[in-house]
Amino acid sequence: MTWEVVIGLETHAQLSTASKIFSGAATAFGAAPNTPASAVDIALPGVLPVLNKGAVERAIRFGLAVGATINTLSVFARKNYFYPDLPKGYQISQFEIPVVNGGEIAIVSPTRGEIRVRLTRAHLEEDAGKSLHEDYHGMTGIDLNRAGTPLLEIVSEPDMRSSDEAVAYAKSLHELVRWIEICDGNMQEGSFRCDANVSIRRPGEPLGTRCEIKTLNSFRFLQQAIDFEVRRQIAVIEDGGTIVQETRLYDPDRNQTRSMRSKEDAQDYRYFPDPDLPPLAIDRGWIERVRRDMPELAPMRRLRFSATSREHLVELVKGGAGVDLSEMSDQVYEESNPALQASGQRPTHGLTLADASALVQDRATADYFESTVAGGADAKAAANWVLGEVAAALNRAGIGIAAAPVSPAALAGLLARIADGTISGKIAKEIFDAMWASGARGARDADAIIDAKGLRQISDEGAIERLVDEVIAGNAGIVAEFRAGREKAFNSLVGKVMAASRGKANPGQVNAILRRKLG
Amino acid sequence: MSDGTLAALSRRLAAREISSVELVAETLDRIDAHQKALNAFVTVDRDGALAQAKAADAARAKGAAGPLAGIPIAHKDVLMTAGLPTTCGSRMLADFVAPYDAHVVEGLKRAGTVLVGKTNMDEFAMGSSNETSYFGPVRNPWDLDRVPGGSSGGSAAAVAARLVPAATGTDTGGSIRQPASLTGICGLKPTYGVASRYGLIAFASSLDTPGPFAQTAEDCALMMNAMAGHDPRDSTSLDRPVEDYTRRLSRSKGARPLEGLRVGLPREYFGKGNDTEVAAAVQAAVAEFVDLGARTVEVGLPAVDLSVPVYYGIAPAAASSNLSRFDGVRYGHRAARYDDLNDMYRKTRAEGFGAEVKRRILVGTYVLSHGYYDAYYVKAQQVRRLIADDYARAWRECDILVGPTAPSPAFRFGDKTDDPVQMYLNDIYTIAANLTGAPAISIPCGFTRAGLPIGLQIQGDYFSEAAILDVAHRYQQATDWHARVPRIAAAE
Repeated sequence: MTWEVVIGLETHAQLSTASKIFSGAATAFGAAPNTPASAVDIALPGVLPVLNKGAVERAIRFGLAVGATINTLSVFARKNYFYPDLPKGYQISQFEIPVVNGGEIAIVSPTRGEIRVRLTRAHLEEDAGKSLHEDYHGMTGIDLNRAGTPLLEIVSEPDMRSSDEAVAYAKSLHELVRWIEICDGNMQEGSFRCDANVSIRRPGEPLGTRCEIKTLNSFRFLQQAIDFEVRRQIAVIEDGGTIVQETRLYDPDRNQTRSMRSKEDAQDYRYFPDPDLPPLAIDRGWIERVRRDMPELAPMRRLRFSATSREHLVELVKGGAGVDLSEMSDQVYEESNPALQASGQRPTHGLTLADASALVQDRATADYFESTVAGGADAKAAANWVLGEVAAALNRAGIGIAAAPVSPAALAGLLARIADGTISGKIAKEIFDAMWASGARGARDADAIIDAKGLRQISDEGAIERLVDEVIAGNAGIVAEFRAGREKAFNSLVGKVMAASRGKANPGQVNAILRRKLG
Repeated sequence: MSDGTLAALSRRLAAREISSVELVAETLDRIDAHQKALNAFVTVDRDGALAQAKAADAARAKGAAGPLAGIPIAHKDVLMTAGLPTTCGSRMLADFVAPYDAHVVEGLKRAGTVLVGKTNMDEFAMGSSNETSYFGPVRNPWDLDRVPGGSSGGSAAAVAARLVPAATGTDTGGSIRQPASLTGICGLKPTYGVASRYGLIAFASSLDTPGPFAQTAEDCALMMNAMAGHDPRDSTSLDRPVEDYTRRLSRSKGARPLEGLRVGLPREYFGKGNDTEVAAAVQAAVAEFVDLGARTVEVGLPAVDLSVPVYYGIAPAAASSNLSRFDGVRYGHRAARYDDLNDMYRKTRAEGFGAEVKRRILVGTYVLSHGYYDAYYVKAQQVRRLIADDYARAWRECDILVGPTAPSPAFRFGDKTDDPVQMYLNDIYTIAANLTGAPAISIPCGFTRAGLPIGLQIQGDYFSEAAILDVAHRYQQATDWHARVPRIAAAE
């Protein structure tokens, strides 16, 4: 009999504000211990929290991006416990009423296809500091730089059924928070970390007892920790045991999870509304202002890249809405969807869905592609190059597209020369490599290289004819083979003409002239 | 010279009859002379005070001096004062030097006042008798065997003994008004949010309110002008237009200045729980109000009887959380020897906190615990709303509410220390104003045959500070209870 795995994730995304959530201190990573910690962060007597509006705005942006409810009134609560890196003896979080309720994240499951993972809530809270146990001769050092850093804790429903789905969800969420620029997503620095709630059950049965695995800061660890935990739970139950609800830690060195604390010794956090902070009121106007400034999101952008016209885009979005909207006219539908209206103002590109999907993997790639098109390139050619040569070069260099030495304008300049026949596709790759090596930012950088290297394509009929004549005269044997019916010999002759032109002859013209001469 | 009212001293400084340096020097000598008997101060900053006085005189010489410039004042030791010890009356902070100024400290500094020292108080502002201070009890200048009230007992005693013309206090359940009542001076608790809590070491965040002590209502108004104002560092500070709290005081109103004023007498404040001499003095004060033109109206505040239990749900809950930061990790007391982290916490807090603070942390922890939160904390907040509703109804019938500040005059040391509930009941008339957030003042309205002062509480609706100060001022113009001086202060 098989087991069904049930997974829900709690993700802490560090919000990309310049200052902390309740103080004016900087959030910069890597500063000397306790330097960017203010009187509020170290919890001196008499200090009070003042909410950073930028953190709230980022929470609103997230809520809008996942189609959630933004609560117009939410409440900050104190979570009380003692720990040396928790300076106040309580963490300010949200408990009964979070800023965001509901929403969903679409993922592609390797077994179930496209599914939607429902979100329970997302709430604002402050991070704690760090306890440093090394290098203090048996004592513990406390670094409060991270104390008060704004976090958005995003809680999913237990909608995932495998570690693959959990990783797909985490990646999708990771991409989203970076896409909407609320979190830098740096997992090594802890800006994006997951707790996984894992349980198993027989299909169709109620939920089993769950264990929570804390602080998984890479997709690989997330996958390995869940896989281990599932094996452990199956082994326990199949040995006749029962799962105890507990919090577990994943040890990547041993690839196993171990118990941290059980539900019995779970602390009573004595939550109560923080009397230092009035309820957080978010008016409609604020939500609408954030909505207006929202970037176009990946799913919409993907459809726009694949649409052939604005009307086609409306049709695609309406068709993918997940409900039957056949009664509604396209125009009415478009008016009901502000995100669609905004996207309708932008160009469509008529790409395949596969190319469109690949281009919206991250926002910088999508932007790079669109900038290339805006520079005059054909959309299909631009897509091929961005996903082909550019991606390969980035891979080799081990850098992100934002750091690409060839700018979209420079790439567009190169593609224009292929389009107008100045160079062949093959030569273009050579020029691209030269541009990459030297750095190219301007639309005319390709031209400069073409001229400097004398790579301009030879399209002059007379010049090509002379080359063809020379090759025919000097390769009587091959010509004879061709005349005897060996079609491959023709390609060999084309190759020789191209070689004689040092690759610059227009291959189409070479073909045509050679055919005619060999008659 | 230094025993005058703040307004009188201000006039004399302005007229250059005295200098701030002379005034402050005399003040410091009086503080020293009475410190042994009263124990009103935890810290006296002689050098700092004289330097500030010099600066105030220099500013005045340049013509840049407001009404408070050069006036010596004292701050309750719950308020952070940069560079000076700020102990909160606790062993936990006995050696703690504040690195910044509280908002009200800044305001009074900007106004040119001279800070002479920090006053003794119940530990972490928890107490009604000043007997919980780590630095020993403050004594009542009217009878050294009796308490001055609390928790702002040091400030009240200092003003009552004419050591300083004015001082700051904080009021969470009556901690300004009850000691003002027991020491025969004026003490104002403004509307919550009018004076910032920034730099006030938190006891119960939704109740803590800074306010002034002085001899007269007029002096309280002058102090309020420097203490009130919006502070973006306190999210509960209100962004309101700046007020001049003295604006109504100088208007001439003739023989019946309270004409038309509706004085509400809450039935619940005139029951059998009051000391008979207190009841008689308050009745006489009401009669005086009528003589001045007011008319009385009986009102009911049925839920107000629940103030004490509600308060002892909400305040300890907040305190149990607010005092968590005193853990020995970053500042303050830390146990000398401990085995591990939990042992460090245990010993540090066992040694650093006194019995009353521990009692309230225990109560508060219990109130917030899983399974009790709804029954105690949530219920208390609901009743708090009912009390506010009572007040809202009362304001339809009257303009101010009048009654005793405390049910009895100053009691003897040790009288109530064995029975916390008896101690808590001393705040029965003052707590409601903290629960609602509305302003209230205590002013002297008589004395017992034994010579102990009796306080009258005047409560108003939100933001009516200027109005209740005006009523108190008119009463003080017609009476002289506020001008009586304890023998130890008059002896010189």
